[in-house]
Amino acid sequence: MTTNSVGLTRRNKITLTILLTFIAAVWVLPMAMALLSSFRYFESDTLLNGPFSWPKTLTLDNYREAWRVGDIWTHFGNTMFITIPALVLILLFSSMLAFACTRFSWKFNVFFLVLFTAGNLMPQQVIFQPLFQIFKKTPWPDLLSDTNTGYLLGTKVAVILIHVAFQTGFCTFVLSNYMKTIPKELGEAAMVDGASVWRQYWQIILPLCRPAFAALATLEFTWLYNDFFWGNVLLQQGSEKPITSSISVLNGQYASDYNLIAAASMMIALPTLAVYLALQKQFISGLTLGANKG
Amino acid sequence: MGPIDQAEAAPHTGRRRRFSQLSRNDKLVLSVMVGVPAFLHIVLVWIPAILTGVLSFMEWDNVTPISSAEFVGFRNYWQIFTIFDNQLFPALFNNLVLIVWLFLCSAIGIGLAYLLDKNLKGTRFYQSTYYFPVVLSVAVVGFIWKSVMFGRETGLLNLVWPGPPIDFVGDQTKIFEINFPFLDFPLGLSKNFAALLLAMAWRHIGYIMVLYLAGLKSFDPSLREAASIDGCSEWQTFRRVVFPGLKPINVVVAVITVIEALRAYDIVAALSEPRGTEVMGTLVTNSLMGEGGGRVGIGSAYGMVLFLLCVGFIIWYVVNNFREAKE
Repeated sequence: MTTNSVGLTRRNKITLTILLTFIAAVWVLPMAMALLSSFRYFESDTLLNGPFSWPKTLTLDNYREAWRVGDIWTHFGNTMFITIPALVLILLFSSMLAFACTRFSWKFNVFFLVLFTAGNLMPQQVIFQPLFQIFKKTPWPDLLSDTNTGYLLGTKVAVILIHVAFQTGFCTFVLSNYMKTIPKELGEAAMVDGASVWRQYWQIILPLCRPAFAALATLEFTWLYNDFFWGNVLLQQGSEKPITSSISVLNGQYASDYNLIAAASMMIALPTLAVYLALQKQFISGLTLGANKG
Repeated sequence: MGPIDQAEAAPHTGRRRRFSQLSRNDKLVLSVMVGVPAFLHIVLVWIPAILTGVLSFMEWDNVTPISSAEFVGFRNYWQIFTIFDNQLFPALFNNLVLIVWLFLCSAIGIGLAYLLDKNLKGTRFYQSTYYFPVVLSVAVVGFIWKSVMFGRETGLLNLVWPGPPIDFVGDQTKIFEINFPFLDFPLGLSKNFAALLLAMAWRHIGYIMVLYLAGLKSFDPSLREAASIDGCSEWQTFRRVVFPGLKPINVVVAVITVIEALRAYDIVAALSEPRGTEVMGTLVTNSLMGEGGGRVGIGSAYGMVLFLLCVGFIIWYVVNNFREAKE
């Protein structure tokens, strides 16, 4: 307990606890109700007896149906195919850039950091049409792609690239803040010993940045996983799209089977929730390290 | 805090000399380290942004070769503000409502952060609970709310809604309407968009709370003590000492709030964009894809309107970081 809580009277403490608990209950309500409904039949149970009634039967049918129609497994695979390479590239690129901009002084390092930070805040829709054309006209060997179009458009590579281009800005910002806390004598000593720039980066700076990497990886994983826009507009075939787009498909087919929708939401939300519950500390520290995500 | 200060603060000559002392090989490695990410970012983000600006002055159908595109001056802009005003202004109005609403939510988030900063028992629990919707995809948030909150028969919102039950996904009747002299139709907040506002608040409040809590934790407690010894009430202390002292984070919160409101797209698109919920994000996307895809000039002009709304805030944000770093 810090000094702050000492100033509270007992009565204020109780009032505050009640208020915070009430808000927490309101916050959990949609999620808890969705979880409960997802195990109930809609027409023969929830609709008939009301959402707060005791469930007549519990069933996994909603999950089965949503899994099948939403093709959850395929889409989950697509999402991972995009998320993991993008995550690796983002961390690699942003650490290189942050290293070059904070450990060395050269003409344009401020310019680049400003450029990246500003680009990260750009609304995606503003750049979408020309980007589409660029991808459409860029030849891409089928060997390095998951579809045989001969061009970048329609491949997951295109989605990976745009994620990398966008998110590198945020991560560079966070990592450069972090790297500045590493004493520069460390690099100088290495220089005197004749270590190359690459060695300095790979063997001295990177290992020291592990905590920042852990925080960023957690945060970026959920951001990439949750992407709805890029996967939807850049991948044209339904079977290629990431998991968040299953929502559109299910919403079209089962517009009024709310419990099936709930089951689908639970399945799509599960991976990010699991990451959050397991790595909560990383999450919060990643966000506050940067405090700049738009 | 900003990334710039090192370069600014360091005596230039000393560090520069060190750079020129680097071997050729090292210089090459460094330029690749900067060059590859920078190339990708510039080609995929900034060049397309500039091209959208160029395309907004052109007419092009997206089918014929780009060389057949024709320069038409401000015609696209003139058209979206006159002929297509029934598309542009409802979307702009919704975005405006969203900005005001999210600012309100940010204030609530700041309030919650302030309460949690008192370190009551269970603070960690409250924090995790308020924050968890932030890790969900915005599209999933829309879906969860649709499944349990919005429905006509089973939706929980209808429990608190005065009046006959309504379908909060589809009901586009307005809660309030305003007549503008330059439009021949009123603009207003539809019921289904109001419902979406609640879902967005669920996600936004926790986000701002966590950001602000970090700021409060770093705030010098002795300043607060000094204020209370001088006889400031709690509200006065917050209003006059803490809040102004956290100016950098206030700017971050304000910019995030506005940009989030202007960027909104996912939740509306995930629910198949019911009428009444259109925002700039969906307007731009729809006029560049699918059925509306043949009018690149018009779509780009919508895009530029969105860009112009954002650009001031982006600059404010960058300047805030830059200045803070200099101090």
